[in-house]
Amino acid sequence: MKNILPGALRIFLGAAAFGALMTGSGAALAADSIKIGVIAEAQAIAGASIPQAAQLAADEINAKGGVDGRKIEIISYDNHSSSADSVRAFQRAVNEDKVNAVIASYISEVVLALEPWASRLKTPFVTPGAASNEISKSVHADYEKNKYTFHGYLTSAALALSVCDAAKDLLVEKMHMKTAVIMSEDAAWTKPLDVGYEECLPKIGLKVLDHIRFSPDTTDFTPIFNKIEGAKPDVIITGISHVGVQPTVQWKNQQVPIPMFGIASQATNETFGKDTNQAAEGVLYQGVSGPGVAVTPKSVPFAEGFRKKYGNYPSYAGYTAYDEVYYIADAVKRAGSTDADKLVDALEKTDWEGTIGRVQFYGKDDPFTHSIKYGKGLITGLMLQWQDGKQIAVWPKDVAKVDIKFPSFIKLSN
Amino acid sequence: MRAFQILIDGFAISALYALGATGFTLIFGVSGVLNLSHGAIMVAAAVAAWAAASILHVDTYFGALIGVAVAVVTAFATYFAVVKPIQDSRRIPNEEKEIFVLTGTLLWGIMIQELIAYFFTNNAKTVLPIVEGVVDILGVRTPRNEIFTAVVCCLVIALLWLLVNRTRTGKAVLAASMNPRGVTLLGLELTNIYIVVWAIYGVLAGIAGVLLGMFLGVSSYSVGPLTASAFSIVVLGGLGSVSGSLIAAFVVGYLETITAYLVSPAYRTIPALLLLVVVMYIRPQGLLGRR
Repeated sequence: MKNILPGALRIFLGAAAFGALMTGSGAALAADSIKIGVIAEAQAIAGASIPQAAQLAADEINAKGGVDGRKIEIISYDNHSSSADSVRAFQRAVNEDKVNAVIASYISEVVLALEPWASRLKTPFVTPGAASNEISKSVHADYEKNKYTFHGYLTSAALALSVCDAAKDLLVEKMHMKTAVIMSEDAAWTKPLDVGYEECLPKIGLKVLDHIRFSPDTTDFTPIFNKIEGAKPDVIITGISHVGVQPTVQWKNQQVPIPMFGIASQATNETFGKDTNQAAEGVLYQGVSGPGVAVTPKSVPFAEGFRKKYGNYPSYAGYTAYDEVYYIADAVKRAGSTDADKLVDALEKTDWEGTIGRVQFYGKDDPFTHSIKYGKGLITGLMLQWQDGKQIAVWPKDVAKVDIKFPSFIKLSN
Repeated sequence: MRAFQILIDGFAISALYALGATGFTLIFGVSGVLNLSHGAIMVAAAVAAWAAASILHVDTYFGALIGVAVAVVTAFATYFAVVKPIQDSRRIPNEEKEIFVLTGTLLWGIMIQELIAYFFTNNAKTVLPIVEGVVDILGVRTPRNEIFTAVVCCLVIALLWLLVNRTRTGKAVLAASMNPRGVTLLGLELTNIYIVVWAIYGVLAGIAGVLLGMFLGVSSYSVGPLTASAFSIVVLGGLGSVSGSLIAAFVVGYLETITAYLVSPAYRTIPALLLLVVVMYIRPQGLLGRR
C-alpha cells in the first residue's frame, strides 16, 4: 500500500499525522474528555432548549467528577433548522471535532437526513425531539447498518396514543365530548401521527368529522379555523410543531369557541407565553414533562435548575436532551470505552430514570428498534394546559394538581 | 355565509397587501430602485413593536409608534448605506447600477433578517392588537383588529393620495417620477426628493409591518415571502404604478382567500402566482404599466 502512494502525498500524510500528534499531545488533558456533539435549532422555540439542557447536564456530571475521571465536553452547532447545515455539522463534529456521540434536532426531516450519516461515520446518535416513526423503523429494517441511531423521544405513533389516552379521561369521560377535527401541519412527523389519531380517536369515542392538513408556511389561519368551526366539532386535535405562535394567537383573536388539545411543540417552552402575548391561555398540549410536575424525582430539580441558569423553563426537547447526556455518560461508564460499537451495545441496555420517566429502548426485534419504550412505569407523557400564564399538568391524575379551565370565549357544547 | 366570510377576510388581507406594496412601488416609480430589503424592513418594524411591548413593557400605541420609527430609520439606513453609495459611485457603470442596487438591497435584507434571528430568535412574534375582541358582521364573527387593520390601511393610502396630489412636496415627488431631469432644471434638489420618498416609504412599510404583526404575526422567516409578495403584486399591477399595485393587491388578496376557503389552505398562494405568469405572457408591463 505504501508503495502505491506518490511521494508528495506520503509527505503530506506524514505531516498530517505529525500535526495530529502535536495537537494530540498538546491537548492531552482534553483528549481524555468524552465529547458529545449537539446539533440543534438554537434559534427556534422548541430547539433552543436542546444545547442549553445538554450543557447543564454536562456541567452537573463534571462537577461531580465526570465519568471515571473523564469530563463531558459539549460541542454545539446551530443548524438553522436546515437539514443541509445539520449534515455539515455532523461531518464536522465527527471528522474534525472527534465527538464520541451526537445529540441532534427536534425536526424529523433533519434527523432522517442525519441517520445515514450516523451509519456511514459509525457514530452513536440520539435525537431528543423528532417523532417520525421512520427513524426507528429504519433501524429495524437494516439493523447492522443503522444501529447507531437512537430515538430518544416518543414516536409519532406513541404520541398519538398518549394524546388519545389523555383525551379519553379528560374529554370523553369528564366532559362528554363526542366529535373532533384533526388539525395538523404537513410534515414527516405528522403523517404517522395522523394515522395514529384516525385510528385511536374513534376507539375512545371521539368521531373524527374532518381532517385538515396545512402547509407549515401558513400565516393566515382564519380560513382553517372557519372551516373547522363549520364542522362543529367539540374539540380540535392538534399536530403542530413548526407552527404554533401564529395559529394560537389567531385562535384567540378570532375567539374560536373550540378548545385545542394535542401536540403543540412550541407550547412546551415557557417562552411561548410571551411570544403569543399570553394568547396561549387554555391551550392543552401533550408533554413528556413540565414545570413543577414530578414525573420522577429528577424532573422538578432539572426544570428549576434550567430556569435559574437560562431564565425560562425548557421545551420538551430540553428534558430529553438533558436525560440523553446522562444516559450516554452512563453507557460510556458501563461500556468502559467510547468505542462506537461498544457504546451502541451499552446504550441498548439503558435503564435510566430520567426527567421524563424510565428510559429503555425497544430491541432489535421490535418494529420501533431503538425508540424509547412507551407505557406505564416507563414513559406515558402528560397533558398540560396554559393557565394564568403558567404551564400546569392536568393529566394523568397522579401528577395533575388542577382541573382544566378555558378562557371565556370557549363554548363547550356539553 | 361563506361568501361574506370570504368578502370580509379577503378585504382585510388585501388592504394590508396594498399598503405593503404601495411604498415598494412608490420608491420604484420615483427613483427606479427595486428595494429587495422591503420584507426585512416590515419585519423589523413588527419585531420592534413586539419587543417594545413585551420586553420594555410600553403600551400598545407607543409600541406601534416605535415599530414605525424603526422602519423609518431602517429605510434611511437602506438609502444612505446601500442605495445612495451605489447611485453615486463612479466606478460602477450606469447601466449596471440597477443590478447593483438589486443585489445590494437583497443582501442588506438578509443581513437584517439574520440580525433579527440572532437577537430575537426565528420564532414567530405577534404584536398585541390595539383593539381586541370580536364583532358580528352579517353573521361572521370578525375580530375588531381585522376591521382596524382594513380601516388604517385605507386611511393611510388615502392620506398618501392627498399628499402626492394636493401638496407641494407631493407634486415635486410626482414630477420627479415623471421627469427627474426636468425637476432638477426647476431648481429642486433631487436628493431631497429622494429623502422625502424614503421617509414616506419607511412610514408605509412600518405601518404595514406593525399591522401584519398584529393581524397574522411575523418571524424572521417572513422576510423572503413578504418581499416576494410585494414584488409580485407590484409586477402584476405594473411597475411604478401605484393604482396598479392597489388593484393587484386586491386581486391577489381575494384570489388567495378564495383558494384557502374553497380549495385548500395548503394551496393558498398558487393561483396568484399562476396569474402572475399568465399576465407576464399576455401583458408584460402589468395591469396598469406605462411601457
